[in-house]
Amino acid sequence: MFIITCPYCGDRDQTEFTCHGEAHIARPLNTESLSDEEWGDYVFFRQNPKGMHRERWVHAHGCRRWFNALRNTVSDEIFATYKVGDARPPLPENPS
Amino acid sequence: MSQSCRLDSGGRIDRSKVLQFTFDGKSYTGFKGDTLASALLANGVKLLGRSFKYHRPRGLIAAGSEEPNALMQLENGAYTEPNTRATCIELYDGLVANSQNRWPSLGFDVGAINSSVARFLPAGFYYKTFMWPASMWMTYEKFIRKAAGLGVSPTEPDPDVYHSRYATCDVLVIGGGPAGLAAATAAAGSDARVMLIDEQSEFGGSTLGAAAVPEVASWVAASTAALAANNNVTLLPRTTVTGYFDYNYLTAVEKVTDHLGPGNGGTAPRQRFWKIRASRVVIAAGSIERPLVFADNDRPGIMLANAVSTYINRFGVLPDQNIVVFTNNDSAYRTAVDAARSGATVTMVDTRAEVSAELTRVLQQHKVKQFTGHAISSVQGTKGVKAVRIMPLSADGKSLQGQAWEINCGIVANSGGWTPSVHMFSQSGGKLQYDNSIEGFVPDPAKAKRINPGFSVGACNGSFATGDCIAEGAQAGRQAVEACGFVASDVAMPELTDALNDTGMGGIAALWLVPTVHPVGEGPAKHFHDFQNDVTAADIHLAAREGYLSVEHLKRYTTTGMATDQGKTSNLNALAIMAEIRGAQIPEVGTTTFRPPFTPLTFGAIGGQESKDLFLQERHTPMHQCHVQNNAVFEDVGDWKRPWYFPHSGEDMHAAVQRETLSVRTDVGMLDASTLGKIDIQGADAAEFLEMIYTNNWKKLAIGNCRYGLMLNEHGMIFDDGVTTRLGEHHYHMTTTSGGAARVLNWLEEWLQTEWPEKQVYCTSVTEQWAVVALNGPKARDLLATLSDIDLSKEAFPFMSMREGQVAGIPARVYRISFTGELAYEINVPARFGRQLWETLQEAGKPFNLCHYGTEAMHVLRAEKGFIIVGQDTDGTVTPADMDMDWIVSKTKPDFLGKRSFLRSDTARDDRQQLVGLLTTDPTVVLMEGAHIVQEIKDAPPMTTIGRVTSSYMSPNLERSFALGMLKNGLARKGETVQLSLMNGDAVEALVTDPVFIDKEGVRVRG
Repeated sequence: MFIITCPYCGDRDQTEFTCHGEAHIARPLNTESLSDEEWGDYVFFRQNPKGMHRERWVHAHGCRRWFNALRNTVSDEIFATYKVGDARPPLPENPS
Repeated sequence: MSQSCRLDSGGRIDRSKVLQFTFDGKSYTGFKGDTLASALLANGVKLLGRSFKYHRPRGLIAAGSEEPNALMQLENGAYTEPNTRATCIELYDGLVANSQNRWPSLGFDVGAINSSVARFLPAGFYYKTFMWPASMWMTYEKFIRKAAGLGVSPTEPDPDVYHSRYATCDVLVIGGGPAGLAAATAAAGSDARVMLIDEQSEFGGSTLGAAAVPEVASWVAASTAALAANNNVTLLPRTTVTGYFDYNYLTAVEKVTDHLGPGNGGTAPRQRFWKIRASRVVIAAGSIERPLVFADNDRPGIMLANAVSTYINRFGVLPDQNIVVFTNNDSAYRTAVDAARSGATVTMVDTRAEVSAELTRVLQQHKVKQFTGHAISSVQGTKGVKAVRIMPLSADGKSLQGQAWEINCGIVANSGGWTPSVHMFSQSGGKLQYDNSIEGFVPDPAKAKRINPGFSVGACNGSFATGDCIAEGAQAGRQAVEACGFVASDVAMPELTDALNDTGMGGIAALWLVPTVHPVGEGPAKHFHDFQNDVTAADIHLAAREGYLSVEHLKRYTTTGMATDQGKTSNLNALAIMAEIRGAQIPEVGTTTFRPPFTPLTFGAIGGQESKDLFLQERHTPMHQCHVQNNAVFEDVGDWKRPWYFPHSGEDMHAAVQRETLSVRTDVGMLDASTLGKIDIQGADAAEFLEMIYTNNWKKLAIGNCRYGLMLNEHGMIFDDGVTTRLGEHHYHMTTTSGGAARVLNWLEEWLQTEWPEKQVYCTSVTEQWAVVALNGPKARDLLATLSDIDLSKEAFPFMSMREGQVAGIPARVYRISFTGELAYEINVPARFGRQLWETLQEAGKPFNLCHYGTEAMHVLRAEKGFIIVGQDTDGTVTPADMDMDWIVSKTKPDFLGKRSFLRSDTARDDRQQLVGLLTTDPTVVLMEGAHIVQEIKDAPPMTTIGRVTSSYMSPNLERSFALGMLKNGLARKGETVQLSLMNGDAVEALVTDPVFIDKEGVRVRG
């Protein structure tokens, strides 16, 4: 049961949030001209790494804002949370 | 025989408070302060149960929560609880306990035949024997469960009340022994909020069962009192930390009134479930003594040494006058002294050839005969120990040779060393390391999980001496509060001098498997390491022979370490025996990861107060009371309670639904549509946003007009639908399915916030702000005209438009939209007027034969018109084309969500399942929803499925049954006949038709 720092509200219990997978996947602008493979890559394929992961969370039972988190999927340590559009925080020197 | 084993004095029991209880129907007495275990032992009752697999007679092993054998069926009827540990049940007056896993009686048990045929019940027996043929498993399982059962679950509803609560603290201390008390005391010296939790009724931990050392006892009492008086400290006795989760989130079960007996808790709950978030955790969980693994070491009367000490010192029970102490380490010498001081004849059998002169001197002082370098070779007595044979042990510990001695005894107090209770550290994600000096796994602080900051102190950290425990605990308490930003103050801790009580475990010489005159697995004796699961050293040898060498395989193959005690006394012995077989070091064999719960807990505690009526919240519409008065039968739609149908007296569901359905098409009906999801959308970019969200065009929708829309996900699949109305230049009112409202709002927000944050669009849920009555039927206009100032003529107020005005004197938005295909108005009023609107319409509708109709009639009516319900007729794999709804997909918009996926080969293929109508050849047959349309009927499955029924009803308007379904290439198959295979084996024939059965031209809805 994580404690997650909402960039708008501060530290809150995980039960207030939902996770929505990998962050920083932009929806293609020219969808019509994409190959099936390119479109499939956008719709279906995700990194699913063992280790550091930038992912989307929403403070669903709070301010309802979406934001990004930098989490180690092995230790579940969350190194940073940041607003949509903010610069990506660097990877930690000591991730686990 | 009344408490024949009770000592005249001593112990933490109140001899003035006599308590009555029964065990297996026989009455006994005990004292306040007893556990069920100590009271039974005081009465000389040593046979307490039968073992899991072999039905061998079993008695107490332990005095604490690690007890594997003494599992009781506690109480009767609704209060009964299986598999409770006699060692953890505080005695109360009137307690009723029964032994388990025996038939017909504990003394004579038919299942004990398993013991004689043990060679046919080896490890892996069940897997090997019953996995083939797989189809027979269901049959075998019933018998296996019965034969190898534990207790019996209650069959009546739980009459008890449970609570749960959240708590936060700066420092949580797990364990109230010397280390934990010291940690809590040191932490409480600051302003930090401290919680101290212990599973026993009193704080003091191991000191409660040890011979009293005055300076320790007085320090325990004084520090407990000081903590209780400190407002920053929460003391939770009778509470077990069951789980340690990420970010120092821990759960604990407090047994609030269990010790008072069933029904005696007054207004207090039986148990309370704590959910605690702690900045720092100090684990002071102590250690668990492990047994020596020797021949027939499971006979009743063979107990852990510290348990014998605890029964003597804490409960004033000397379980037998003749006691053999059998050990490979120093700690059991305390037990020998305790027993001798209480008047027993004690013999010490030490596997070590060399023992300190001081220990020998102490034994001589208490007239205890000592054998060093000896081991127990066999045990006499089946339902209780009568004597043991001991023999000299070879130097390598692998064999016995030389002069045998037979010693009469009723109790064998044995100790194979102490295993630190690393459960909590392991649950927190920390990794363990092996400490050769204590022969046990201890926490590796370098491999603790960073998100779970804390400390392991005392015996669970491998420090057994009381003085070390106190020093470690105090230091961790100080560090913990400093880590939380408080200033720690120095707290005086006691100086300990008593040599015997300050050496901890002392020297240990591991002897993991005590040999007999026979090789392991041969001869009549069994060497148990896991009592609860009846697993022997021979089973580990078998597992190794068959290739199950890793600890995870060993565990699953032999079931060692499983069941309710989770191997508290057995795990290390199992690992060590496997290591010896493999010629490996114990750390190479590894250790399993400990998982919650530490000890079994009740579902009642987990559920807390959220049971029965509080299990799930209900959402009620503003008209809910009207529906109750109108005798509605409700159905659950999401969290909503919606009227399903309104039976008149004497009507069953079918009759009511048929009447309601007919009435809407002949006269007029009203439906409470308030649950419909409603989202208010405003902003300069709202139209552009809707263009992306929906498949059709929105920019040209005139103000005051409504439009149906389909939402797709990026896979191109239908995900919600509804009617959206343009209220103003930049203002829309969106409706969604009742169950999909929250999902749709999340979806809109996700796109607005993450992909198009530059768009000026604001979405607000207004579902609960509007009460909605849907008026459907040919007389809807005439009825509404009697109550409204709005011009209802079809020229002034055409289909798919919205008008504002008064209805029944209430400001209203009236939408002329229809989910039945009839002339219809959906009247929206502010929620607080919902009931007034409903009641006024009800009264005004009488001359028009107005009926109430519920969701079931609504379903029939919409299906007659071929209107889909997302989630019933679709399942997340359905495109608009599959629904024959190409008309709603824009061919001109450059992009919308899901559009590109239409071109994917799988989405674009033309033999997908498509929506069709189905009319059975026999008009009285109503197909079961979910029934398969098959290519060809065969006598038995498998048959090739080419489609399925998604909606199916009897229609009074069609005067026959009808259905909607998905059929492969269905759009091209209208007019064909298909076969359906029903679950009962019947085959049914149906005609494939258009899905619109009534008013295909849409005349009524526009009338």
